[in-house]
Amino acid sequence: MKLKKNVATSEEGFIFNPSTGDSFSTNPIGKDILVLLKEDKSVKEIIEAICEKYDVEPAQFEKDLDDFKSQLSDYAILD
Amino acid sequence: MEKLRYERPIVQKMNKGLMNKFGTRTEYEPVTHIEGVPVKSMISQYGSPLFVISEKQIRRNFQSANRIFKTRYPKVQFAWSYKTNYMDAVCKVFHQEGSWAEVVSGFEYEKALRNGVPGNKIIFNGPDKSDAELLKAAQNNSLIHIDHFDELYSLIKISEDNHLKPRVAIRVNMDTGIYPKWDRFGFNYENGQAWNALTRIVNSDNLELVGLHCHIGTFMLAPWAYANAASKLCELAWSLKEKFKMTIQYIDLGGGFPSQNTLKGSYLPGSDTVPSIDQFADAITDVILGYGFKHEDLPMLILETGRALIDDAGYLLGSVLATKRLSDGRRSTIMDFGVNTLFTAFWYDHKISPAQEFGHHSEEMVLYGPLCMNIDIIRESITLPLLEKGNHVVVHKVGAYNMTQWMQFITLRPNIVMIDMDNHTHVIRKAETLDTLLENEQIPSHLEYNPLTPVASSTVETSKV
Repeated sequence: MKLKKNVATSEEGFIFNPSTGDSFSTNPIGKDILVLLKEDKSVKEIIEAICEKYDVEPAQFEKDLDDFKSQLSDYAILD
Repeated sequence: MEKLRYERPIVQKMNKGLMNKFGTRTEYEPVTHIEGVPVKSMISQYGSPLFVISEKQIRRNFQSANRIFKTRYPKVQFAWSYKTNYMDAVCKVFHQEGSWAEVVSGFEYEKALRNGVPGNKIIFNGPDKSDAELLKAAQNNSLIHIDHFDELYSLIKISEDNHLKPRVAIRVNMDTGIYPKWDRFGFNYENGQAWNALTRIVNSDNLELVGLHCHIGTFMLAPWAYANAASKLCELAWSLKEKFKMTIQYIDLGGGFPSQNTLKGSYLPGSDTVPSIDQFADAITDVILGYGFKHEDLPMLILETGRALIDDAGYLLGSVLATKRLSDGRRSTIMDFGVNTLFTAFWYDHKISPAQEFGHHSEEMVLYGPLCMNIDIIRESITLPLLEKGNHVVVHKVGAYNMTQWMQFITLRPNIVMIDMDNHTHVIRKAETLDTLLENEQIPSHLEYNPLTPVASSTVETSKV
């Protein structure tokens, strides 16, 4: 799971894909995940990092992360 | 370090889309309490889904409508429309406030009697009244509103056979300028049918004509249609006075006032488009007062308002069973209540609020019910916060028609709770169980044997031998 190299993200959670011209917004946790993706963290590392920061069980977050990944794929933000 | 509150991650495409100058509000505001009672505690005590009725709101609605009409017209009587919500506790609140009962079946009639309504304060409407029911209503001196000639002649015969003279009215249907025209109930005004029926009643020694009734439609958004209806009933009353020297005791304008729900397909929400009860009251009373009756001859005005008095006193609490993504990327949320419980989801885009705090992010979603049936859609599109399994929601304005039209289909019907004037909760209808359903089922004896039923091993051994 990798972000496309040319996709730009801002600290406020805005995402811009210059190949398509599409802009997106995400919530704070989505932004955190994008930062981790940019750092090439594995799924396991992402789950650990998020569960450390947020009040969520790993199983629930894993399900939601899968859903988030499918959203990013649908929007052609992932490689 | 204290962990941050979790919200599932989302990404949303930013669209330039067409501007809507009216805008639609996202329901961020959580509704955590109803009449001061926590939603969470009601769900943990009584289960989910759960219907909740506010006694305070019923009384507020009734007292407000009563005041609105009584400050405009000297003789007003409300009759509670049983079919709108015939939970006994609900009916009894209305009766305590002074409402008579308006029923449309023998079953509802019996319910009204059991609720302590005197026979002479029950209005018996509808096209389905058996001879036995007509006889009982006549013996109880109830107000029988005749729907068709077959019923009229049946009632004449019953009255003759039993030496009775029941008090009757006819239901009149008419063109009030709205579409669709409700002409399936009662006698038509324009083609003379209504006048023929009245003439037949006046000429009968066994019927006492006391009133005129109409019910022009449901969820009516046009107060002027009621003005037209009132005018035509006044015309009939006037003609009866002129031709037969008889004074009609009451005019019954029926029901049909809308609640503030939003009908499916509406461009604007119901709260912005639905006329107030004052507007209906003005339309009706201006016509009757201005018609020319002497003060002492003014007919009593009966109103069978249902929905407008109960809808916003009812809530449905529910919980999220699951969230998933549809093939086109849309979010779908599966609730534990569906069209079987919330029947009015077929008609309205119900307002639905989250019942707990959320962040400010929201997403558009389809809200499905729990039924394994494709029809089970509560909202085809609604923007709500990021709901998760186990979250609770509050559906607003569900007091009318749900607790009477709900279906026992696939799942069982839930508890109904009333919050009383002191904010105490009472179960007014217990949740159904399997036994509730099986009570009326019977198995023919040849079907008692089931080869799939496990048998004790010794029996098997014996049979082998």
